[in-house]
Amino acid sequence: MYRYDEFDHRLVQERVAQFRDQVARHLAGSLSEEEFRPLRLMNGLYLQLHAYMLRVAIPYGTLSSRQMHRLAEIAKRFDRGYGHFTTRQNIQYNWPRLKDVPDILAELADVEMHAIQTSGNCIRNITADPFAGVAADEVEDPRITAELLRQWSTLHPEFSFLPRKFKIAVTGSAHDRAAIKVHDIGLRLVRSPAGEIGYEVCVGGGQGRTPMIAQVIREFLSKDALLPYLEAIMRVYNLFGRRDNKYKARIKILVHEIGVAAMRDAVETEFARLDVAAIAADQDEVARIAGYFAPPVYEQLPKDSSTLRTARAQDGAFHRWVETNVGAHKVPGYTIVTVSLKPIGGVPGDATANQMHVLADLADRFSLDELRATIEQNIVLPNVKADDLPALYVELVAAGLSTANVGLITDIISCPGLDYCSLATARSIPIAQALSQRFADAERQRAIGPLAIKISGCINACGHHHVGHIGILGLEKAGEEYYQITLGGDPTETAAVGERLGPGLSAEATIDAIERLVEVYLARRQSGESFIAAYRRLGHDAFKEAFDAAA
Amino acid sequence: MVKAPAPRILTANDLLEGDVLFLGHDGWVRDYRAARVATTASEAAEIEVLGLAAKDARLIIDPYLVDVALEADGTPAPVRFRERLRTLGPTVRPDLGKQAERRS
Repeated sequence: MYRYDEFDHRLVQERVAQFRDQVARHLAGSLSEEEFRPLRLMNGLYLQLHAYMLRVAIPYGTLSSRQMHRLAEIAKRFDRGYGHFTTRQNIQYNWPRLKDVPDILAELADVEMHAIQTSGNCIRNITADPFAGVAADEVEDPRITAELLRQWSTLHPEFSFLPRKFKIAVTGSAHDRAAIKVHDIGLRLVRSPAGEIGYEVCVGGGQGRTPMIAQVIREFLSKDALLPYLEAIMRVYNLFGRRDNKYKARIKILVHEIGVAAMRDAVETEFARLDVAAIAADQDEVARIAGYFAPPVYEQLPKDSSTLRTARAQDGAFHRWVETNVGAHKVPGYTIVTVSLKPIGGVPGDATANQMHVLADLADRFSLDELRATIEQNIVLPNVKADDLPALYVELVAAGLSTANVGLITDIISCPGLDYCSLATARSIPIAQALSQRFADAERQRAIGPLAIKISGCINACGHHHVGHIGILGLEKAGEEYYQITLGGDPTETAAVGERLGPGLSAEATIDAIERLVEVYLARRQSGESFIAAYRRLGHDAFKEAFDAAA
Repeated sequence: MVKAPAPRILTANDLLEGDVLFLGHDGWVRDYRAARVATTASEAAEIEVLGLAAKDARLIIDPYLVDVALEADGTPAPVRFRERLRTLGPTVRPDLGKQAERRS
């Protein structure tokens, strides 16, 4: 894992001291509310519906046990005993007090964490494949790139006041688990025909009120040109991105308005003008970063674990959990475990302080000290020996963390919605809970197979509803919450924006409608066909008829 | 005919703690039922001024007026769902927020 150097340490510690001083000056009256507001936002501190909310970055989703323990301690000591893992590899605390925030930030800095770039019109926390470094299909660990971009973008003066926020995601695999096509810039590590590793660069994706799929602006970019090329993109955006209307200020609107060809020309022209050698990352620094992401020392193990085989044969619940929550690791004898934060009827992404402590201990014991936060609001233990899975499972059961539903219909993404968020127009968590309860039956979930429901409580789409196989958007009309359903969204390499089915429904009718849509799928699917595959084959109208009949 | 404005109360959040507050008859209160109700435009303007003064005095942040309906005894209740939630707390966590305090 990456370790801060002297510069990183100084930067976060100076930031804590600055914020402590800014809070004190605000309380003393020398900084007005208007002056203080952007300063607190630059440190991840929002004002939400009931209280402040502190958003803490988990850069590229990677955490050590020590860091997870610290997140738990903060939840216990300064908050209400829990935290919320978000859809962008952050954790949010829902009840911090302003007077405690400098101390919280100091606690975070102590374990090389911070809340920088979690708010404001800057380059936000860089996200990456949660299976980085361990995925069997990986070209290169995307976290090396993500960390390089973190260093490049942190407090970059030219990019501190962009027209709007800017989100970058990186994947090292052909199968995209980082939703790069719905980011302002999406990077995919690829290998050229000559065997050189570089990037496919996508630009102009995003969700929100104007969802768009990113387009390829460069099919192959050599690695050493990464920073200059991204700087060229940022410059073009900074110069030509609209500032007159915040809803049209994201780079996706610029790309859409001028077209990707004109965007490419503008970026290439800027790129040709830049002093590439001066901007490119120092190769020694890249090597230093890469060194931190060198694979841990794995044991030489047989591919097949007889311990695992025996345990699966003896315990049906364990067997089902392995089927859904355990994935292939690049090293024989190891597995990738996804711990679901979606218990039936629970709040998606919430974990208690005790659960966080348990996860940290389990990572220490079973996963070479590493954890990952996913954009699906789950936690990954990336390095678990197949032999250890039965023992790990016992501990997860005891902590209420053994839900066997990863990728299934109850593994629902949900933003906090109107239960917490001041921007929300409707609640989203209760919809997730009701759906989770409706489809609670384990056999039924398994029969339905892979199906991603994603719920947002407003048009800003933090719940990724545009790219849900089934997306739900909560709105308000005349004081009543209502919900629009979309179908066919996809956040992966086959990215697509979902299409709306029809008029909005009440919460209760939404749950019923989704059950009917699932029944259409079950009745008409071919053998082995997933929901999204069936949707693509059958077409929107096949589902719309069922929806209309009931709406 | 000009429609009479809905009665309104003033809400904000405590600067240090973040808690939802309401302007009462004698300072800020945590219970919306004790909020001072403005029934005319000039009364609303008056409580808004008090809110801005409290903001400048760094007691509260984000003051704004909320439409309320008055119960028979004159107790105000926010009209909008969002504002009703602010008097309660997250509906998915009845153990947290004002709803929890009121029960205990």
